[in-house]
Amino acid sequence: MAQADGERSAPPADGPAGRPLLALEAATKSFGSVRALQDASIELFAGEAHALVGENGAGKSTLVKILAGVHQPDAGRLLLDGVEVRLGGPADARAAGVAVIYQEPTLFPDLSVAENIFMGRQPLSHDRLRLRRPPVDGIASLACMLDRRIDGRELRRRVEALMERLGVPLDPSRPARGLSIADQQIVEIAKALSFEARVIVMDEPTAALSGAEVERLFSVARALRSQGAAVLFVSHRLDEVFALCQRVTVMRDGRRVFSGPLEGLDRDDLVRRMVGRELAAMYPKEAADAGEVALSVRRLTREGVFTDVSFEVRHGEIVGLAGLVGAGRSEVARAIFGIDRRDAGEVVVDGRPLPPASPTSAMAAGVGYVPEDRRAQGLVMDLSIARNVSLASLGRLRRGPFISAGGERQLAADWAARLRLKLARFSDPAWSLSGGNQQKLVLAKWLARSPSVLIVDEPTRGIDVATKAEVHRLLSDLAGQGVAVLMISSELPEVLGMADRVLVMHEGRLRAELPRDQATEERVMFAATGSAGGVAEAAE
Amino acid sequence: MSVTVQSQERRAAIERARRASRLVENALRFRELGLLAALAVVVAVTTIDNPRFLSAQSIRDLLLNASIVALLTVGQTLVVITRNVDLSVGSVLGLTAFVTGNLFVDHPGLPIVAALLVGILIGVACGAINGGITAVGRVPSLVVTLGTLYVFRGIDYAFAGGRQVNAENLPDSLLSLGSGRVLGVPYLAIVTVAVVAVAAWALRSYRWGRELYAIGSNPDAAVLAGVPVGRRVLAAFVASGAVAGLAGALWTARFGTVDAAAGTGFELQVIAAVVVGGVAIFGGSGTVVGAALGALLLSTIGSALVVLRVPAFWLQAIAGALLLGAIALDRLIGLRLASALRQRSVRDGG
Repeated sequence: MAQADGERSAPPADGPAGRPLLALEAATKSFGSVRALQDASIELFAGEAHALVGENGAGKSTLVKILAGVHQPDAGRLLLDGVEVRLGGPADARAAGVAVIYQEPTLFPDLSVAENIFMGRQPLSHDRLRLRRPPVDGIASLACMLDRRIDGRELRRRVEALMERLGVPLDPSRPARGLSIADQQIVEIAKALSFEARVIVMDEPTAALSGAEVERLFSVARALRSQGAAVLFVSHRLDEVFALCQRVTVMRDGRRVFSGPLEGLDRDDLVRRMVGRELAAMYPKEAADAGEVALSVRRLTREGVFTDVSFEVRHGEIVGLAGLVGAGRSEVARAIFGIDRRDAGEVVVDGRPLPPASPTSAMAAGVGYVPEDRRAQGLVMDLSIARNVSLASLGRLRRGPFISAGGERQLAADWAARLRLKLARFSDPAWSLSGGNQQKLVLAKWLARSPSVLIVDEPTRGIDVATKAEVHRLLSDLAGQGVAVLMISSELPEVLGMADRVLVMHEGRLRAELPRDQATEERVMFAATGSAGGVAEAAE
Repeated sequence: MSVTVQSQERRAAIERARRASRLVENALRFRELGLLAALAVVVAVTTIDNPRFLSAQSIRDLLLNASIVALLTVGQTLVVITRNVDLSVGSVLGLTAFVTGNLFVDHPGLPIVAALLVGILIGVACGAINGGITAVGRVPSLVVTLGTLYVFRGIDYAFAGGRQVNAENLPDSLLSLGSGRVLGVPYLAIVTVAVVAVAAWALRSYRWGRELYAIGSNPDAAVLAGVPVGRRVLAAFVASGAVAGLAGALWTARFGTVDAAAGTGFELQVIAAVVVGGVAIFGGSGTVVGAALGALLLSTIGSALVVLRVPAFWLQAIAGALLLGAIALDRLIGLRLASALRQRSVRDGG
């Protein structure tokens, strides 16, 4: 409340007495042409749980990765106890006492819990001998020095002590394989404690946890806090933020827009601070005359991922699918296209139901799917540009048993011209293109099939502004030609600018359906964060 | 008082969890017990058909036959645990067998230790080449050691130049190492057991031993945990080379007659024994004891089939079937174990 809404780089609000344990000051970080962090700051105090919230792409992950030593900021300082430090890698961060608990930890599945915690740092027998019984004569001391065996009893004792401290009954000698994600996080936290971490960053730790597991994690986090650690809690779930944290930092577009105590704030205050960008004029979608229903999804369910999702997309319409990362949007798209199986529900394209789990039938029915991760799923990076374009249209290019090389080149040249693809030669590999041009290439691959339904997942992620505008113009043109477009996007302005209708998902369910004239950033965010207000407003 | 109640409850929970995990440990140890059981069945069935199969001489032959492969499985296990493979062991064995044999033909007065040392040193050099290319060049070891398999064998042929080392030209002291015994147990078997024991103990008790498992179990996590992955992988290959070199020297002592083709195709037998012995081919788990028992089982089955007068043509097919059976069993146990562990995890969490 103390902050003026228009104020951008807010000065640190009054913290608890004393110096912050860890402070990031005015950090800037760019990836290519995308500026992920701009002048971002955060202060973490000992004995305090600090929440970091913001929309998708607000720069939270980048900030966490800077604290973890994974990324180095282009500008700005990191202060530990008031002294500037440089974290060149994860090892430096660990040495500085910063531990990061990721949503899905990477453990050694074959090794025991104890070994996972102390790998490379197992207590050795000679340490114990030195401590308990100072060697007297030369030979004994030499023997002690040489005894570099692992002290299994001491290892076990230390792990049990850690588990006791965390209040979690995990057996130190069981293998990590089969541990639930919650228990894997506990192992990571125990590891952090074992090297006396004073700053513990939890990056979306509760996304995959059940209610009881969240409660247990929170009691562990509270215990850490009371023992003097600083906890940074990154989460989309605002209830949890209020349940656990004392202070909050809100980020938007790579900047800090608010930092201060949580007391006196409510969810709506946070949501308002998270949104509030102006719509740029670069979203050219014009209101379309919606035609027949092209894609109809009825009660689609995949257990544990999404539940009872129903919607329709008409010819000539762009429907935006919004929601926070992990809400199940991409998973719905994958199930529609048949990459993942579905447990219940049906998908109907132009009046004909699609068989489950068959991308081939989906393609035959005229569905195109541009996946989220173009490097891993959208393109064959080592194949030439021409071959990538023709990959989904090989049937049409066949001359007898062979693929017509001339036809392939012509197809590629045709689409390259239409999409204004910037390339040197069609025989160059796909990886030689810039990110934006790679995205156009994936689109070209599907457009070459003239689909009647096109699903695009994060179509403009990580590409520059000019190309972004071109992709938007292209999608708009396609809709104008009668293609039904389902667009998943984490960028709210993009969704609001492009979509005729906005669907909002929250934790695997469709929470709101907003027509273009009613869709505002706040409404979408309310629904996406599961706020009561958002659900009530869902048009049915 | 509520604190003590709570901590008592927690103790009970830990105790429960520990009891359940003993089950898991047993399941893992089951592998070695299972191998022994299979061995017992093979020996029993064969003995019923031909009682002489269990005579002292026959058992000695079984041990002698298994010794060299079992020895090679030790080095191979170290490498496979790190999610690598060493295909060059057969060639390293062939090269060192010929070089040591040739050395003793030229200098019959050399002490036995010299034979072992020369073998080990050549093996170390070969292993350093394998490990160096794999670790520093970040090339898949499958390709690297496939290459060195041919290179080392080629050097062997070039050095031999069509010659052959004959037993009558070798000093008796060397040959007695291959055929002699103490208290009825062949030297070869004693050397093998000693190497297996040392390796098993080291893998369990030293940081670097556990780090080999860590590398194979999750290479990325190993890097994050500060494990010097490159150095450990290099060391595993050097150890594998050293063991193969030792095996080469022992090969000369045992057979006396050596040409450049000695040990051709041995690498596949060794890898089969390692897999049958329960070492995961994608690394992270398995023991040298299991692998050595796998070698003993495979070679005993080979001998048993001869005694049972099964046509020799069937030997390889049966060994292959056994390998597939072992992998199927592994997969089954693995699935069972994983689901058991998951259930326990859920129970503990609740």
